[in-house]
Amino acid sequence: MITTKDLTKVYRSRGRDVLALDSVDLHVQEGEVFGVVGTSGAGKSTLIRCVNLLERPTSGTVTVDGVELTALSGSEQRAGRELREARRRIGMVFQHFNLLSSRTVQQNVELPLEIIGLDRHDRRRKAAELLDLVGLADKAGSYPGQLSGGQKQRVGIARALAGDPKVLLSDEATSALDPETTRSILQLLRDLNQQLGLTVLLITHEMDVIKSVCDSAALMRGGKVVESGRLTDLLADGHSRIARDLFPLGDFGSGQADRTVLEITFQGDAPAQPFVSQLARTYQIDINILGAAVETIAGRLVGRMRVELPGSHTDNVVPIGYLRQQGLQVDVLDLSNGVAA
Amino acid sequence: MTWERMQELMWPATWETLGMVGIAGLATLVIGLPLGLLLVLTDKGGLLQNVAVNRVLGVIVNVGRSIPFIILIVAVIPFTKLFTGTSLGWQAATVPLAIGAIPFFARLVETALREVDGGLIEALKAMGAGTGAIVRKTLLPESLPSLVSAVTTTLIALIGYSTMAGVVGGGGLGDLAVRYGYQRFETAFMWVIVAELVIIVTVLQLLGDLTARRLSRRGDYRSPLSLFRPRKAAKAAPRAEKTEAVEEDLVSSP
Repeated sequence: MITTKDLTKVYRSRGRDVLALDSVDLHVQEGEVFGVVGTSGAGKSTLIRCVNLLERPTSGTVTVDGVELTALSGSEQRAGRELREARRRIGMVFQHFNLLSSRTVQQNVELPLEIIGLDRHDRRRKAAELLDLVGLADKAGSYPGQLSGGQKQRVGIARALAGDPKVLLSDEATSALDPETTRSILQLLRDLNQQLGLTVLLITHEMDVIKSVCDSAALMRGGKVVESGRLTDLLADGHSRIARDLFPLGDFGSGQADRTVLEITFQGDAPAQPFVSQLARTYQIDINILGAAVETIAGRLVGRMRVELPGSHTDNVVPIGYLRQQGLQVDVLDLSNGVAA
Repeated sequence: MTWERMQELMWPATWETLGMVGIAGLATLVIGLPLGLLLVLTDKGGLLQNVAVNRVLGVIVNVGRSIPFIILIVAVIPFTKLFTGTSLGWQAATVPLAIGAIPFFARLVETALREVDGGLIEALKAMGAGTGAIVRKTLLPESLPSLVSAVTTTLIALIGYSTMAGVVGGGGLGDLAVRYGYQRFETAFMWVIVAELVIIVTVLQLLGDLTARRLSRRGDYRSPLSLFRPRKAAKAAPRAEKTEAVEEDLVSSP
């Protein structure tokens, strides 16, 4: 649905070139919620602005729903007619909502419809429908200044959906909201994704957002996408940075040479088997559980457990093989630096 | 000087002042608003970025604002004649007044428009709006309270300028105060005129503030004068509830 190829953006400030995007390739499938996560300054904001060409990439292409936007005419300040029409099919929500304070909630939602050129009657009907969809039908006559942050973002979402877009871009939509409101807005995005088949590309600095709504994710650092894929695949990959950040198990104390620390990741039905006690009984070893967490990610139950076995790695080859046989993913941690060996 | 005589002199002068300020103000609005808009749009990063045009406009505005008004009046006499057919009277004074006020107002408009959150413009762009739609639907409506304040400030500045119109026989209250109060030592009359000017300026400022406040929807600001809020006929059912709630609050507030 959204494809960027070799996307590069260079800012020129005071004679110095700053590389904000470094040949980014991104593939967002139709109907999925795709999250881009990274610290501030990683280039994720530039990336999402390049998708609807609010910023012109220095090189590379952006294709949304089969239309190569980068091929359409226009400068960064002024878009050509074709690009403007393409943008009408891409909704966008913002961190600071960007609602017009001089207009009521209803008029804010009608704004994109005015730009499309819909007549008054249809605009009203459509706006009422959308406000109902986001649960704000009773606030139609209020001004944004009278609403809470969460309500404002709901209006922002309703407005973004006015043009019946296939794609919704979310630029840190929940970063200005409290945790509870964040949850309800994310739930709304998820519902819209499922009800309307909307493809959502969101950027965020919060792993929790990725955890609760995304099907796929990409990690950005220094203008580059360092990792991307479906969450379920990433979790099955012991080396995934995203998977590790989704499951912070914390520090696990001082390492000892005659100990082996394993990280066991299980998905779906695997936790139904009492593998820890099976292991202990079968091999007569004492297992020390250092940390564990179970979460629902992308609608699937996923768990991770960190356990300590006596003896060095070579002593434990057989138990590890046993665990792998059970369909569990096992990574042996190198105690000296805390990463999977 | 008797009160009757004072009134005899003051009424025509008041109308002259209001006429000068009104017509010059209208011309300033019509020319200064687009000029201020162009200053913002053609600026670097603006919607119609054009550095050359922006520089030229900037220079014109700066030169216009630098020329002392008293010199401007004399300097534009040929132009005034071309425009009004005369170089005398309050009608003639409107031309230099407008020329003096246009750059001043244009800068105020520029400042007001720059206050509009860039995020709103970005949102409009993301909706597929063109430059025209962005100006009509965001820039102007969102800065309306500030624009109204800019108009108020400009009109008051025009009243100040208009007192110098006596140089071209422009008449008006300022001229009256100088000729009678200063040159003929009618100190009492001078203070009466000053008082009248104070009243005009105060009323103008109050009206401007009131309008700006009523237009401002940022936060649920409620002006102490909000009783004057027009009670719009409720358009939709939920709207009606809202209006009632506001009215109740007003009744209960001291």
